[in-house]
This record gives sequence, C-alpha cells and structure tokens, in this order.
Amino acid sequence: MALLKIKFTQQRRVHLAQGLWLLSWMAVMWGGVIFCLGVYLKTELLRRAEVMDNTEIHVVPNILMMVGLASIGTNWVASRVCQDSLDPTRFPRWKVPLLAWFAVATVLCCLLIAVVALSYALQGSLEESLKVGLRNGIRFYKDTDVPGRCFQKETIDRLQMEFRCCGNNNFKDWFEVQWVSNRYLDFTSKDVKDRIRSNVDNRYLLDGVPFSCCNPTSPRPCLRYHLTDNNAHFNYDYQSEELNLYSRGCRQALTDYYMELMNSTGPGVLSVILIQLSVLLSLRYLQTAVETAMVLEDPEGDSEGYLLEKGVKETIEDLKINALTMLKFGQVDPNAAEGSSEVADAEKDEKDAPPSPAS
Amino acid sequence: MPFMPVKFNLQKRVKLAQGLWMIYWLSVIVGILLFSLGIFFKIELRKRSEMMDNNESHLVPNLLILVGLLACGVNAFGGKVCHDSLDPIKFAKWKPMLKPFLLLCCGFNALLLLTALLCFLMQFAVYLTLAEGLKNSIKFYKDTDTPGRCFMKRTLDLTQIEFRCCGNNNFRDWFEVQWISNRYLDMSNDLVKDRVLSNVEGKYLMDSVPFSCCNPGSPRPCIQHHLTNNSAHYDYDHRIEELNIWTRGCREALFSYFSSMMTSIGVLIIATIILESVDMAGLKYLTTALETMEDPENPECESDGWLLEKGVKETFGDLLAKLKTLGKTNQVVEGGDAPEAAN
Repeated sequence: MALLKIKFTQQRRVHLAQGLWLLSWMAVMWGGVIFCLGVYLKTELLRRAEVMDNTEIHVVPNILMMVGLASIGTNWVASRVCQDSLDPTRFPRWKVPLLAWFAVATVLCCLLIAVVALSYALQGSLEESLKVGLRNGIRFYKDTDVPGRCFQKETIDRLQMEFRCCGNNNFKDWFEVQWVSNRYLDFTSKDVKDRIRSNVDNRYLLDGVPFSCCNPTSPRPCLRYHLTDNNAHFNYDYQSEELNLYSRGCRQALTDYYMELMNSTGPGVLSVILIQLSVLLSLRYLQTAVETAMVLEDPEGDSEGYLLEKGVKETIEDLKINALTMLKFGQVDPNAAEGSSEVADAEKDEKDAPPSPAS
Repeated sequence: MPFMPVKFNLQKRVKLAQGLWMIYWLSVIVGILLFSLGIFFKIELRKRSEMMDNNESHLVPNLLILVGLLACGVNAFGGKVCHDSLDPIKFAKWKPMLKPFLLLCCGFNALLLLTALLCFLMQFAVYLTLAEGLKNSIKFYKDTDTPGRCFMKRTLDLTQIEFRCCGNNNFRDWFEVQWISNRYLDMSNDLVKDRVLSNVEGKYLMDSVPFSCCNPGSPRPCIQHHLTNNSAHYDYDHRIEELNIWTRGCREALFSYFSSMMTSIGVLIIATIILESVDMAGLKYLTTALETMEDPENPECESDGWLLEKGVKETFGDLLAKLKTLGKTNQVVEGGDAPEAAN
C-alpha cells in the first residue's frame, strides 16, 4: 500500500514541474541568504576574537556557510531535474542521482535543525570563553610595551566604549588588577609605596577605572578615581551613584549581543528548512508520477505519485534486508559462494534503483 | 543646414530606440540614488544638529530629494516614449508632447547644475555653522539640568568619541570654559574658591578636559586633569605628549566629514547632468529621425536625424527674435505696426 498516493493528470504533472522549478530557484536564493548570514556571523565573531578564549562557537557560522553553499548546489540540481522531467528521453538519466539527492537534502535539513539547537546549546561555552578572554584582557591592559599584547589596552577600551560595559562582571574587576603600568608609577612617592605594600603580590591596586568605563549620559563629569571614598568628591555617594560608570559587565554585554544575532537568524533558518522540505516532497511526487507515466501505454495519461512504494514499516523491513545482504556479501559462504554473491549482486542492483513500481 | 545630421535606416533607428530605452532606465536608477542620498544627508544633518545650534540649512538635502524624484519621473516618461517610438500609432500619441518635454529636460538640467553648485558652495556655510555651534556646545556642556540643553553633554561626548576629536579648534578650548556644573563644586573648599576668584567672570576654570577627549591608543592610562602641569604626573611632558588625548579639533573633523559627503554628491550630480544631456540628444535624434521618414507607410525607408534644425547661430538668432517679439506684444505701437510686431 503506497504512502500518500495522489493522482496526477498530464496537466497536473506539467504544473507540478513548473511550480517546483520556481520553488527550487527560490530555495537557491534562500541558500545564498543563509550563506551570507553565516559569513556575517563569522566576521562578527572574528572581530572580537581577541577577547574570546576558544573558538567552539565558530561551529555555528561554519555550518551555516556550508549548508548555504550545499543548498545552492542541491536546489540548482533540483531545478535541472524539473526541466528534464517532462522529456521522457532525458529523465531516465536522473534515476540514480536522485537517490543521492534525496539523501543530501535530508542531511541538509537535519544540519539546519542542528544549527538552531547548537546556537542555544553553545551559549554556556560562549560565556566561558568570554569570561577567560576578558579576564586576560583586563590583566594585560597595562602591558602596552610587551610584543603581542601592546594593543590589548586599545582593544579593551574600544570594546568598553562600543558595548557600553565595564570590566568582566562589573566595574569592580578593575579594582583587583594593576592596570597602570610600572613605567608610569613614581616609586619614590609615599602613596605608591603604601599601595604596593598593602597586598601580597606587590601590585599597585586602586579603586579607580579606565576612562572607557565612563558613561556619557551621566549629568556629572565622570568620576574615575577614589570611587569607594565618598569624601573624595563633593556630593557623591558610592552606593547610590548609578549613571557615573557603565553598570553592565562586558561578558554579559557581548553574550547578549551574540545571542541576539543568532536568534535573529532563527526565522531565516526555519523558513529555509520549510522550503527545503517542500522541494524534497514535491520532487519525490514528480519523480514517481513521471516514472509511472513513462511505463504506461499512454504516456500522456493519468498516473499515480506517492512518497513511498510500500508503507513505512514495509520499506524499513526492505531496507533492513538489503543492508543485511550487503553485510553478508562480505562473508565467505563455503557452500554456495558464487550463488550467494550473484543473489547479493541482484539485490544490490535492486537496492540501488529507486523504489519504483514493479514493471 | 541642420546641426550634426546623421542618416538613419530602420536598423539604426531600432538600435537607437533600444539603447535609449536602457539609458533612460539607468537614469531612473540614478534618480533613485540621488533621492536616497538626499534622505541620508538630511538624516546626518539632523543627527548633528545639536552641534550646529539647530541652525543648519537643509536647502541642499531638500533640493536633492526634489531632484531625485523629478529625475525618476522625467526619465520614466522618456523611457515610455522610447518604448512606443517604433510603433507609429502609439508614437503619434506622444508627438505633440515632445517639444515641451525637451524644454522641461533643459530646465531640469539647469536645476541639476544649480544643485551641484550649491553642493560645493554650501560647504562654507556648514563650516561657519559648525564653528558657532561647537562654541556654544562647549559652553553649555555643564548645563545638564537646563531644559532644552540637558543632552548637550551626552551629544558632545559621543561626538568627540566617534569623530576622535577634542574641543573646537583643539583641546585648549576646554580650558576657557567652566565645564563642571556648580552643583558638583564644593564652594566652601579653598582650592575651588581660589580658582573661582582667579578670573573676572567667577568661572571655575581648570586645565583639564572631559573623558571623551581621551585617546584609547595611548600606551598610558589617560591623563585628563592638570594637563599643563608636568610635575603633577610622573614622567610627563605636556609639550611632547601626543597620544594622550585627541589633538584634532571637532570643527575640523566634522567639517571634513560633511565636506567629503557634499563633494561626492556634487560629483555624482555632474555625472547625472552628463547622462541627462546624452538622453536629450538621443531623444532628439530619435524624434527627428521618425519625423523625417519620406514614406511613413514604409518602415524600411531612410531618414535624417539632427540635433538642431538650423545651425547653432541661426537657432540662437531665432530664439532672440522670438523673445523680442514676446516682449513687444504688450507694447502699444502707433499705426498698424502692432499686428506686424505680433507676427
């Protein structure tokens, strides 16, 4: 009992072929869009690569780019098949490639679903990577004379200004590292000597932040130093001051930014999945309808199109048997070695051919 | 003697009509481009209008928008005429409108020329507006509690960060104004009282700049305060320190941004004028070629096309004579001269 049979007249077959041709070109265009989305996401991730510790999150744009390219190729092949489908002399050469096409199209749909799942699953990994990267960035902020790290200061400053954030979790991260280089510290000054001796690692720690943490929307000119000392500034309360510096941490800001970017690609990816599935199903119907029409006495007459020749259970049984025979093909059967290999050959041929109606 | 005559056979006429149709549609796209550039320029002016005292002139972007829309309309009409030109029945519909259409194109070209001139000349106005506006912005930086000016601080800070500039001419402009509001000054403090008394107007002046003047590319954490005092900071010489704060003034930075935008728009308009002239010449050739067909029933016959029916001098002479007679129709001439003059 074939699965989901539909009757097709010649007229309907022609319409199906034309509609599918248009649909596959639309799918080619959407494949291009997915590719561009992947490229854009990858460039955005690469721009901030300096504050990321690992590149696990890059798997999302890589898959998007790959799927975009593959989808362009696959759907272009589908449009060629449509063009040949109504010509009985040219259609038979597509018999075997179509099997491969169905497999590739299914794999593409699965990959797209995997991308959507991955973009949520990898959020934790992205946060970890940013945490480590930003921590290093803040630690090496002062090393503007060390080769390989001399642009760390500029990177962190520009990052904090662009994303309106300060520090890793919040601005207090700056209190725990020495962010002023020793080159600019006067070691004869009493204040400097006190601060250095006040902690175990002999670091010059202060309750101050770099200028890039300053919030331009504050009504008051930015206060950067002696932040915890209420007496150091007129009319200043450390506990209630909110607008002076950016209150958000850069890890949170960057994670939010990338999650928003990936979420906005969600609808595009879902629509590509839908279009690819519809191309897949329509091509299957077209293939079976045209093949049944070709074996009829009257090629212009009515034919049936279906998704699977037998029901789902029977098709799976058939596939199992074919797979087992394939495995047996490798085994040496002492009694009827030639006979079994011949049978295996015949069954292998049958397996290669699409599930077509019995001739 | 016609000006620049060209012989046309059927094939040449068809090719001319097709080529001209494509050029007209290209001109429509250029018109759309001009329209969107006008909108972009208007938005940019609005974004920076606080820096210009809300005084800036929107003449150039408004003209650009108008010119873009006109270009779309005029060129779409021209394309339609070309499309119909090889069908004598359809073309007869358009024939009477062609002369006024060509005159309209001439006027449109003159308008484009005026817009291009304005693009180049209005840059001076932008420069002056910027100078005045920035001076006021720096003066009102501290007034974050005055309605109408409370966002001046944020706008100026963001502008200095985005354009990598400090002050009007340079960072010393900040030394001449009080940019800290009195709300945050402890008037009972001796230091504050000294500074306030040190100048005639009682302003709290200091040799410091806001944080937005800081250059992130400096190897040293930003020094904002006591900029002219070498001993206030370790290993600091204010005369040779270059990377600490931005050295460029915001007037120069903003002006170079706007002037490069206006110059490129002006160049695009000049290219549009050339394109429009080519359109007009092509249309004139096509219409004259279609009109001079000896045998209108036979499409294969040869015909002549030209730009002007008589030579350049004679056409000008005719135009001048016409203008004179137009003037004279209103005058009352004695005797029977009036009907002659009217003729």
